[in-house]
Amino acid sequence: MERENKLKTEFAVIGGGPAGLCAAIEAAKYGVEVTIIDENLKPGGQLFKQIHRFFGSEEHLAGVRGFEIGNILISDAQKYGVKVLLNNIAWGLFEDNNIGLCDTNKVSILSCKKVLVATGAIENSIAFPGWTLPNIMGAGAAQTMINVNRVLPGRKVVTVGSGNVGLIVSYQLMQAGAQVECIIEGLPEIGGYQVHASKITRMGVPILTRHTIIKAEGEKFVQKVIISQVDDNWKIIAGTEREINCDLVCIAVGLKPLIELCRMAGMKFEYLAELGGFIPVHNENMQTTIDGAYIAGDITGVEEASTAMEEGKIAGLAVAMELGKIDEKKGESELASAKNRLRALRMGPYGEFRHQAKQNLINSYYKYKNQMGA
Amino acid sequence: MRIKNHPILGERQEAKEIEIIFDGKKVKAFEGEMIASALVAAGVKTFRYTTRNNEPRGIFCAIGRCTDCVMEVDGVPNVRTCVTPVKSGMVINTQKGIGQWKGKTS
Repeated sequence: MERENKLKTEFAVIGGGPAGLCAAIEAAKYGVEVTIIDENLKPGGQLFKQIHRFFGSEEHLAGVRGFEIGNILISDAQKYGVKVLLNNIAWGLFEDNNIGLCDTNKVSILSCKKVLVATGAIENSIAFPGWTLPNIMGAGAAQTMINVNRVLPGRKVVTVGSGNVGLIVSYQLMQAGAQVECIIEGLPEIGGYQVHASKITRMGVPILTRHTIIKAEGEKFVQKVIISQVDDNWKIIAGTEREINCDLVCIAVGLKPLIELCRMAGMKFEYLAELGGFIPVHNENMQTTIDGAYIAGDITGVEEASTAMEEGKIAGLAVAMELGKIDEKKGESELASAKNRLRALRMGPYGEFRHQAKQNLINSYYKYKNQMGA
Repeated sequence: MRIKNHPILGERQEAKEIEIIFDGKKVKAFEGEMIASALVAAGVKTFRYTTRNNEPRGIFCAIGRCTDCVMEVDGVPNVRTCVTPVKSGMVINTQKGIGQWKGKTS
């Protein structure tokens, strides 16, 4: 392994997904010198597997498909001169926001004035006998295989979880040529938006609420699952068990933020189950408890790409202001519009509780800052 | 199975076809795609066996985070096949346990 001398940038963005790209573009627009670090061979994060049209209003790019948004963001980043360091893993976040990087044959340290951690989230699983069998995978994994890699991992699918991910991926598996046997959901109600659920039921696929998966069986990979009804206390109702033949099980039971770098940097955390677990507290400009370190996107609580993009823009604007690249009045007004757009995405029965949870994170940030006497 | 036609994504843009060697057998792959993608297209579901109980494992996250799909690639064990692109003539073996190192130590 070679070791390179210290690299420098004004604003380092760890993770080139929707949040990171938007932060980078926003800051670069005002003349900040930005470097995105991404371990993949192409930026865009999970946008390229999202082939459905986005929600929101026109200013949130509603009606545009995820992969198209990915292309727009990459071309904007190029336009504003954002540097993108691909095939690089950020393995450490140290004092004074020094970032440890490595690619296949060299290790380097990147120093910066401001850093944004936009590392996203990883899919959860649930444990049941047989859950480790091949072809029992995250719903997002199946989505990557069909929409990015264009290969079908199985033909007869059972999906566990009826949130938006479970619903959307089941539909997309059908678009890719698979047959979905059913979607099962432990709660009495479907978790995701009605519009996605209707697309599934219109295709004749049952969404079985108050159901759980008891076990999966198969010699070398999953060949069948046993499901059953559950009562209000999630107890299996004896006699309701049934067998479903399948060769792919998609697990869509939520995601949790990828917080390793934030832990390493010593940020202050809060546990919020409704946002996916332990999350670094931050203020309304996405600034964490470490000076000059910001977060945006799923790492700040698992939501959607639309909210990730707005949070990224807020962080990018805040960085441009802190670095004196944008006049305060203009900056404040741009920040206010971004915050309004974000608020609009967190309304209604699905959005309001997320808004509340995010407010709690902001309150924790100020509580901590007051305790520290800052 | 490869998804050739797709109602949203259209026809698959075929890249240059190459060959990789999986457990001693030739497998077709396309330049630029990930190892896991070529193997799934060839119908492979088991990528490795666990150390203690010799249980099969396959793809779980497909984005390089969970390490369930690691294999021996050109003599190097524990390579994440979902985020590692294929190369012509690449030798890929199902990994047993922590695998065996046969690669160069540079």
